[in-house]
Amino acid sequence: MKKSVFFGALTVASLAAGAVAAGTMDDVKARGKLNCGVSTGLVGFAAPDANGTWNGFDVGVCRAVAAAVLGDPTAIEFVPTTGKTRFTALASGEVDMLARNTTWTFTRDVDLKFEFVGVNYYDGQGFMAPKSLGVTSAKDLDGATVCIQTGTTTELNLADFFRSNNMSYEPVPIETNAEAQQQYLSGACDVLTTDASGLAATRASFENPKDHVILPEIISKEPLGPLVRHGDNQWGDLVRWTLNALISAEELGITSANIDELAKGTNNPEINRILGTEGDLGAMLGLDKQWAYRAIKAGGNYGELFEKNIGENTPIGLARGLNAQWKDGGLIYSPPFR
Amino acid sequence: MRETSYVRSEMLAEQAPPITNVGPIGWIKENLFSGWLNSILTIVMLVLIVIAVSAAFPWFFNGIWNASSLSECREILKGDTGACWAVIHERFSQLMYGFYPNHLYWRPNLAFVLLFVAVAPVLFNGLPRKMLWFSALYPFIAVWLLWGGPVWGVVVALLGFVIGFFAFRFLEPVLGSLFALILGVLATLIWWLFLAGPVANGLAGIVPLALEPVESRKFGGLMLSMTLGVTGIVGSLPLGIVLALGRQSDLVIVKSLSVGFIEFIRGVPLITLLIVASTLLNVFLPPGTDFDIILRVMIMVTLFAAAYMAEVIRGGLAALPKGQYEAADALGLDYWKAQRLIIMPQALKISIPGIVSTFIGLFKDTTLVSIISLFDMLGFAKAIQANAEWQGIVWELYVFIAFVFWIFCFSMSRYSMYLERKLQTGH
Amino acid sequence: MTTLTDPPKASFRLSMLIYDSRYRSITIQVVALIGFLIGIAWLVNNTLQNLDALGKTIEFGFLKDPSGYDINQRLIEYTSRSTHARAAFVGLLNTLLVAVMGCVLATTIGVFVGVMRLSKNWLVAKVMTVYVETLRNVPVLLWIVFLMAILSETMPKLKDYKTGAANMLFGNSIAITNRGVYVPEPLFSRSLGDVTVLKGIYNDSFYFGVSLDLIAILAVFIGGLLISKLIKRRADVIQAATGDRPATWYLRLGVIVVPTLIVLILLGFHLGFPELKGFNFRGGIHMRNSLVALWIALSLYTAAFIAEIVRAGIMAISKGQTEAAAALGLRANKIMSLVVLPQALRIIFPPLISQYLNLTKNTSLAIAVGYMDITGTLGGITMNQTGRELECVLLLMLIYLVISLSISSVMNWYNERVKLTER
Repeated sequence: MKKSVFFGALTVASLAAGAVAAGTMDDVKARGKLNCGVSTGLVGFAAPDANGTWNGFDVGVCRAVAAAVLGDPTAIEFVPTTGKTRFTALASGEVDMLARNTTWTFTRDVDLKFEFVGVNYYDGQGFMAPKSLGVTSAKDLDGATVCIQTGTTTELNLADFFRSNNMSYEPVPIETNAEAQQQYLSGACDVLTTDASGLAATRASFENPKDHVILPEIISKEPLGPLVRHGDNQWGDLVRWTLNALISAEELGITSANIDELAKGTNNPEINRILGTEGDLGAMLGLDKQWAYRAIKAGGNYGELFEKNIGENTPIGLARGLNAQWKDGGLIYSPPFR
Repeated sequence: MRETSYVRSEMLAEQAPPITNVGPIGWIKENLFSGWLNSILTIVMLVLIVIAVSAAFPWFFNGIWNASSLSECREILKGDTGACWAVIHERFSQLMYGFYPNHLYWRPNLAFVLLFVAVAPVLFNGLPRKMLWFSALYPFIAVWLLWGGPVWGVVVALLGFVIGFFAFRFLEPVLGSLFALILGVLATLIWWLFLAGPVANGLAGIVPLALEPVESRKFGGLMLSMTLGVTGIVGSLPLGIVLALGRQSDLVIVKSLSVGFIEFIRGVPLITLLIVASTLLNVFLPPGTDFDIILRVMIMVTLFAAAYMAEVIRGGLAALPKGQYEAADALGLDYWKAQRLIIMPQALKISIPGIVSTFIGLFKDTTLVSIISLFDMLGFAKAIQANAEWQGIVWELYVFIAFVFWIFCFSMSRYSMYLERKLQTGH
Repeated sequence: MTTLTDPPKASFRLSMLIYDSRYRSITIQVVALIGFLIGIAWLVNNTLQNLDALGKTIEFGFLKDPSGYDINQRLIEYTSRSTHARAAFVGLLNTLLVAVMGCVLATTIGVFVGVMRLSKNWLVAKVMTVYVETLRNVPVLLWIVFLMAILSETMPKLKDYKTGAANMLFGNSIAITNRGVYVPEPLFSRSLGDVTVLKGIYNDSFYFGVSLDLIAILAVFIGGLLISKLIKRRADVIQAATGDRPATWYLRLGVIVVPTLIVLILLGFHLGFPELKGFNFRGGIHMRNSLVALWIALSLYTAAFIAEIVRAGIMAISKGQTEAAAALGLRANKIMSLVVLPQALRIIFPPLISQYLNLTKNTSLAIAVGYMDITGTLGGITMNQTGRELECVLLLMLIYLVISLSISSVMNWYNERVKLTER
């Protein structure tokens, strides 16, 4: 009679199991919750606080999507994933989307069958070293011990960088960001390498951030963006245009403060189209007219999310740089809403 | 000649042994300084103990219990050695229950208490046998308590067994026990796969008796380890019995299938099975199945434990005197009746110490899930270290986790030793 | 009708498949086999369907592609241009390295602790009990990360060597840092070089160099051992014939040590010491923290189990054996080596081998400290970078299975052997 737990669990599971094959949007609506894959904890991008509430720049994208589809920015199940588990989590349907510092690369897009819906942060791989080491350039790192997080593109970039510069190094592969910090701080490695934004976030959490420098070399292009499974275009479109709505909102000056005002109707037709007072873009996505309104309202536009979570006034202190709007000389650019 | 007797007619009074041979001094002399080698060893050990204690004691007892971050701890300590136990204090509920909703902690607590009630009749002979019925029901109660949801899901799952049992009872006189058993199992499966869902939904519509559902994703900390360990053991028991019987069987194909499964599982490390759970299990199942990661891990852990359980039960079967088998044959019992009425009850009883040690091993192995990004206690330790407030905290968390595991495993291993001794004198 | 009737002619009916015990077992087996095959077919079918839906195929060609990542701990040549297969091979060698080192150390500690637990010295016995109970009741993964933390947090930093706050041990030959331990390496100034084997197979995935120096030294050493055996046998013969045993120990030692020393000198043996240069120590053998932590933690943990096995083995030999041996006039050390140990070993060996098996499987926890074993390379980075989970996991399991089965076949062989000598 002890079979029970196993089969009991199976029964419970089969009752709870939903079909992945149907449209993701329908699944999410039926479930009433968005399963969003995030990193296990990277300050500023995604990290749970003591109450278990997730905050961060990547989390903001999840919240916007949840708000657009379900009308509730808190109707999200955050699934922490490591560099290793993230793709299988997405491919197996365990998460509906991944908003987790994931670099858009050819193989991931084509071979692994994912759909990158855009770029929410233009990043590049950099190095951080203690000031006391006296290193000013990554070219001085011949023979250094380097801490890297495994399962990411960083270890491939690192190998290429040192190889092409004819330098040797000693990689110390580490599973999570937390352990990498610990190893770096204890001096078990000379430099820490990951995306420059991640380095800034990590440095911000140190007791004495000023004792560490981020070296000027950026050794790779890392366009980070949310991604979904290949083949479900309706869902892909939704996530893509939710992100674009956030970006366009900043461009057009829609903020969480003035959005209610603007939603009553303006002279700018594009604002009207985004906020649903003109035309019916929402219906084309299979949503109501207010979808983008809710998405922007959830956490503010792209710029607001940036400033609140990783901007210059936060401990992480990232400048907009490449991530400024195209009008300000950056790369952040949304296709038009029409 | 007068015969003179020098034989003493009364005994001399006993003298007290030399003071150096009795009492504490004697004990010390005999046990600690009985030779130069022993003396050296004793002194070396004493020095080691003194060093270890003097290093650990101040750190341990000078600890800070109330602080909100490591730097605050250090400020309070002002350079003294001392542990920052505040991290345990602050994150205690996370380490114990993971992300389980705060207001529902009573449910895992109750399940934990009931677990003791359920295993009591198995572990202690003195209790009334009727309590075994509760043990059989316990898994269902625990599933309902932990996962919540409508009570009917568990009830219909339970009904499956009842249906299977009655099918077996009615068919046995007609078809013989083997086929009755097969049909009984089939009936149960059909009930679960096709009828259970609609019936449960219907019942839930009529009598909505439900607990707030909690997804297994929210399980974490010690509770996750316990759940995985207990599920693994309980789930692996039936599977292990079947495999053990298969391995003992004369039927070549059945035997080789069982041996193949057992040796395969025992030949690969648990971590590879966990990798399968985290990346591949959904690929093996029909398209569209989507268990969440903890259920997948439970399935793999159960398969893993089943192989070890099979070996333990095989040991129990082998330890049974041959006379028992022959007696069963002499009574004219067929294979299944003999197993059910004579062999298994005894073999399982002998196997209990082995089962307990399998459980200890499995319980310890549940820490491996932290590698596939589940938050058991060790996983939380990493997450807490990533936190800005607690960055740089190392020893306190590890010591605490080690202590929790130690308490559980040590008490269980002591119990299993006691049981082993009891069973030995029973012969 | 009192005559015995023949049993009814066995005209085969279909129902006999069920009711006749002669056929029933065949029926059951066929049903079981069919059920098993259906189960397998179901799994394979699901897998194919799912993979098809994901647009993936099962192929192992990716193993021939360059891996693109570096591995710090390697016993053979490897660069980021080498193939994935070679990365797996490097990982396999690392697994075997730590497994063998672990088995040796665990046995040493385990036997010591097991014997000490039986010591008449109360304090020693208690301390050993505490050791065993502490070690084996805490998960091994925790010990591994704990030891890693001890190594990287409390050992001297490299910076301290630069500033002079820490010094190398034993006359600048050993450096213990929080990056690992640097020990001197053996070097040969008149080296014979290496022979490379398996070059050119599978995009150069499996070649490795075999040091001719090592082969020469081993050959001479083993030759010395054999000659020493001969000398012993001659001494035995003389003892049997005359009753006097010629003293041969210096001769026996000489034939082993002298030729080996000569070969070492001929090859120009010297030690290469680690030196602090640039960011790190250069030269010498670098035993990385990850290796040391994994090695020591696995050894200490497994030693606790081995200690129990040894203790149980020795206690299982009945006291009568010892007393009988003593009555024969054997000395204590002879009693141990001639009477108790041979019997105890027979009890100790099977569980000991299964502890070795456990230790080998536990090396897969290397991933927790970033030691690049087979799980870390093939089942870790390669799997991640190529996205070929199914292929990688299948290969990984196969490799572990082969290792486990070879270890357990050694056990079975030994069990067979002791069984034969039993009465």
